[in-house]
Amino acid sequence: MTGSAAIVFDQVELTAPDGRVILDHIDLEVPAGSMTALLGRSGSGKTTLLRMVNRLIEPTAGRVMVDSKATTDWDPITLRRSIGYVIQETGLFPHFDAERNIGAVLEIEGRSKQQISQRARQLFTQVGLDYATFAHRLPYQLSGGQRQRVGLGRALAAEPKLLLMDEPFGALDPLTRAEMQDMVRRLLQRLDMTVILVTHDLNEALYLASRIVLLEGGKVVANLPVEEFVGSQIAEVQSYVRAVRRGVLQESK
Amino acid sequence: MTGFLAQHGTEIIELTLEHLWLTGSAMLLAAAIGVPTGIWLTRHPRWAKPVLGVVNIIQTIPSLALFGFLLPLPWIGDRAARIAIAALTAYALLPIVRNTYTGIEGVDPTVLGVAKALGMTSGQRLRKVELPLAASFILAGLRTATVLAVGIATIAAAVGAGGLGEFIFRGVASVDNRLVLAGAIPAALLAIAADAGLGWVESRLRVPAPGRT
Repeated sequence: MTGSAAIVFDQVELTAPDGRVILDHIDLEVPAGSMTALLGRSGSGKTTLLRMVNRLIEPTAGRVMVDSKATTDWDPITLRRSIGYVIQETGLFPHFDAERNIGAVLEIEGRSKQQISQRARQLFTQVGLDYATFAHRLPYQLSGGQRQRVGLGRALAAEPKLLLMDEPFGALDPLTRAEMQDMVRRLLQRLDMTVILVTHDLNEALYLASRIVLLEGGKVVANLPVEEFVGSQIAEVQSYVRAVRRGVLQESK
Repeated sequence: MTGFLAQHGTEIIELTLEHLWLTGSAMLLAAAIGVPTGIWLTRHPRWAKPVLGVVNIIQTIPSLALFGFLLPLPWIGDRAARIAIAALTAYALLPIVRNTYTGIEGVDPTVLGVAKALGMTSGQRLRKVELPLAASFILAGLRTATVLAVGIATIAAAVGAGGLGEFIFRGVASVDNRLVLAGAIPAALLAIAADAGLGWVESRLRVPAPGRT
């Protein structure tokens, strides 16, 4: 592991008011500068875990440390503004045009119009959109992939050290998804960021992440460097890999 | 006909302006009370039912009776115009409060979740996300309330508040249909104009819906 941990989950538990255990004793370190994929089926707790990092959800026991400080000691507004956040395409503000969406974090921080517009132009280039063509389009006038590019630009606008991505490419067709994955990979190689990616897509995790954490029933069942994941002897990992690779294995027979 | 207009023309204009003033000031008051109340209810949803219930009941009171109830009140009862404005304000509250409340409640929770995740304060969420997305709803409430108030304001003449109802009451008393129409036609035109004008603003405020979400 390189350097220190950017995010630490320390004995994190979340119990619903009805007694249901959603997260069960999560101990996890996310190394600074890494991309960690949280992999697991729907309902395994991966999105819940992600949303604890920017304090949208607070644990019922244990603590989540960001930059060596418990999230409950952070001012939630300051914490959230310092963390990039990307979700599926529905996350854009429907009444903001692409430029205002990309600059949203800068706008709420109170930066000047000129600063925002300057930074927005840079971001359009970074995420591969032509400023003149797209800046003044509303989200509904963009394709799924273009919306996702705007969403990514918005997350990067304030130059956060931390980026949370929640199923960012879930709603895209396979070709657009592959393009977006390529772009994200290139982009993140240039930026020094710690990234957590929530996905149920094993191939996406293998392609983008440096570590894969497999969650099941609110527990961490595996936490492995990406190279060791597919060959792992852990039963849950094996069944996940088998389920995803079923079609591929049959073809190669 | 031309003789009638020559005789009553200036009066029609005067009473139309008076009518506009009564409904206009009542609408401003109702919006100033109703919109913040609707917003407050979204923050305290437990109060939504009782408060909407009360403004709902106000609307079931016959207007003539409401004018009568207000008559003995201090300050408000001193002047007929105050009675009229207070009653019209009370009637206008229901559509405004209800539409503000349901408009904000109807904002996509995903969008609000993102607003929170990006670090918007609750004030910023209200100003930048909730109010703009609910604006066309709120305006639809104002529009319903305005059309309603223009109609009810004609009854305000019964307590001496003036407005186009003057003509109608005089016409009924003297069995002169020309006088009734001199009040009714401008009132109807005002209602139509308010409906069309506010409808146009409403359509400008509507956020274009994505083809799919």
